[in-house]
Amino acid sequence: MHPVRKQRLYLVLFVALFSSVAVGLVSYALRGNINLFYPPADVASGKAPTGQSIRVGGMVEEGSVQRADDSLEVSFMLTDYQASVPVVYIGILPDLFGEEQGAVASGVLDSEGVLQATEILAKHDENYMPPEVAYALENSGYDKKGKTK
Amino acid sequence: MMPEIGHFALIIAFCLTLMLATVPAWGAWRGNATAMALAPTLAIGVLVFVGISFGCLASAFLQDDFSVALVASHSNSLLPPIYKFAAVWGNHEGSLMLWALILALWTAAVALFSPSLPLLVLSRVLSVMGAIGVGFLSFSLVTSNPFARLLPGTPVDGGDLNPLLQDPGLIIHPPLLYMGYVGFSVAFAFAIAALLGGRLDASWARWSRPWTNIAWGFLSLGIMLGSWWAYYELGWGGWWFWDPVENASFMPWLAGTALIHSLAATDKRGLFKSWTVLLAIFAFSLSLLGTFLVRSGVLTSVHAFATDPARGMFILVFLALVVGGSLTLYAFRAPAVSSKVTFAWVSRESLLLCNNVVFLVATLTVLFGTLFPLIVDGLGMGKVSVGPPYFNAVFVPLMVLLVPFMGIGPVSRWKGDDVARWRSELMIPVVVAVVCGFTFPLLHAPYNIWVALAVLLSSWLVLGLLQDVWRRLRNASSPARGLQRLTPGYCGMLIAHLGFAICVTGVVATSQYSVERDLRMSPGDTQEVAGYEFKFVEVTQVRGPNFTADEARVEVSRDGVIVASLLPQKRRYLATGSVMTEAAIDPGLFRDLYVAMGEPIGNGGAWAMRLHYKPLVRWMWLGAIFMAAGAFTSILDKRYRRQHEVVRSGNKAALHGA
Repeated sequence: MHPVRKQRLYLVLFVALFSSVAVGLVSYALRGNINLFYPPADVASGKAPTGQSIRVGGMVEEGSVQRADDSLEVSFMLTDYQASVPVVYIGILPDLFGEEQGAVASGVLDSEGVLQATEILAKHDENYMPPEVAYALENSGYDKKGKTK
Repeated sequence: MMPEIGHFALIIAFCLTLMLATVPAWGAWRGNATAMALAPTLAIGVLVFVGISFGCLASAFLQDDFSVALVASHSNSLLPPIYKFAAVWGNHEGSLMLWALILALWTAAVALFSPSLPLLVLSRVLSVMGAIGVGFLSFSLVTSNPFARLLPGTPVDGGDLNPLLQDPGLIIHPPLLYMGYVGFSVAFAFAIAALLGGRLDASWARWSRPWTNIAWGFLSLGIMLGSWWAYYELGWGGWWFWDPVENASFMPWLAGTALIHSLAATDKRGLFKSWTVLLAIFAFSLSLLGTFLVRSGVLTSVHAFATDPARGMFILVFLALVVGGSLTLYAFRAPAVSSKVTFAWVSRESLLLCNNVVFLVATLTVLFGTLFPLIVDGLGMGKVSVGPPYFNAVFVPLMVLLVPFMGIGPVSRWKGDDVARWRSELMIPVVVAVVCGFTFPLLHAPYNIWVALAVLLSSWLVLGLLQDVWRRLRNASSPARGLQRLTPGYCGMLIAHLGFAICVTGVVATSQYSVERDLRMSPGDTQEVAGYEFKFVEVTQVRGPNFTADEARVEVSRDGVIVASLLPQKRRYLATGSVMTEAAIDPGLFRDLYVAMGEPIGNGGAWAMRLHYKPLVRWMWLGAIFMAAGAFTSILDKRYRRQHEVVRSGNKAALHGA
């Protein structure tokens, strides 16, 4: 074989070998590390798995935020105005978290249907709505104030 | 009146850039020297008018002209003037203006600082940049006019800038980042010009190399500033989130890193030509993709502004045109520019090839992780998110794979080398690196295997560099003479690789050793974190220019000696009523102490507090600064200017000959 071609062949083999290692890594990493999103209505109707990391997004129900006096535990309800999901979180909430605001909680659903959240995402400016929350509200047919569209 | 002038200037700039995109390109095609010679003038004209337009927008912000919709929604009369200015790019329309301005700057810079470039090449390069300008200026004019007025119905005061953005970070992070993003358009333009001309010689690589290095340096600085900003501003001590928009800036950086290394091989040895061209196209396409991801709001991210779908569509079409067009051109022309040079397997070329493969695969895995949620959503399989564990799982092994090659790189020779020589050169570095990797982590209990690995790899890297410098000095007649003979290009490589080693050490050490405590504290409480006593003294009310705040005083002591008095704040901004955490940090080369306030708990004056101890966290930013400094140093190299003289004397010779 022509030396240039031979070198090219080795190159291609090397790249192919390396990329298959990479593909292996990627699929291994993806398996355990993707979180599916569920609107509150789906969680309430039992479509969401328990014991597995998921994300739930919606509006924080008015009057539902309760803070413990002696720890960092916070509980609140996430709603899409069709159904609500109770969420418990231990830690410091983002600044823009608030009642009647959109939020996305990621965590594990326990056997009582409470989302034990490990992370809470709130919107980052006044006009921005996380796309997931917008999607959940669209599915439920309510706007962000809780009125039917 | 000012906004109308600005709008008008933007339209003129658009017309000029349209001319720049067409006339010189036509001239280059038909061999019309007059048309080609117009290119530099047009490039400067575009800069002047985009500059005027940008100036008008800035003055509308500085003078609180709330009849301009953009000012009304993103500024406020109480805002400090410097933030009024920075607010220009703290929003969608304005950040596009910044994009356009920086593109015009780069185009004009190419026009001004390329006297050695043949007119034919220069006109093609500037035309390609003009075509990119057409895309962005029309985007600005058609879908996101920054000068739209609110008449009638001018508000008395503005809606204020998002408090997160009221920070020195906003003043410098976006311009630097955009300098990097847009800077890759120069490499892209050179690549397209070469494809159009059908000729790709070593001088092509020499022309585009300094531009690519500068762009890469700016991008490194921009990313580093973004990370640092997030660290102290978001109030929870994270410095990299694998957020889609961070990835959007990181992917061009990764592809750009591959590009600057493959350009080195093309420049010195005339190798990997068509590959380098492809990388240049790839790097800039990723910059555009980043813009699309940020500006279209398709992904949940810190950086997403409220957006409308028309904008996303516009960038998507533009992206498709650029990527599709350039790849088509590549498919037709690449065979003409491919190289016919061979090299031995044991050589610097194959090490650079390893670099390229690793960085390309890293880019693709990050790209995949970033786009995966979009793909799944598009297929109607639900909404998923890909979190940091994915990125860490694929990215960390790739970097571990990279460093062993990186250590040999500087020592190796072009064309063909000898394994026995490598062995004798690198024996001492290997031994010392193993010793360092084993002993340094002993300084910090408990012994951490990951830190040991990081120290092993980075000391291997640094020692390899030292060994090479030593070899060069040893071979010179005197050490001073040897130092003189180290070219700026070589020094730039040294500094940048050193920066990478510093960065790796910092990232691993801070990820492994950080101690983070979120807890409830009442005034008078003391908490111990990593040997430091944090005493929560009191909370007081303070007032800033446009906010009021609860300010806590936390005294940190170690072994009874007070180390720092930290004053974190919980701010409430007056215009919007939004609440913001302002962390307090005691920075240090070897450790940061970080305190942020959560929310008040109960009625007894207790607060949720975040107390962090972060060792070596500054090292990763320091490393990035080194990398950028290396890139900037490398362009001082004479080889990028010598050619200029050669061409000039060549011209003279030609004249004499005539």
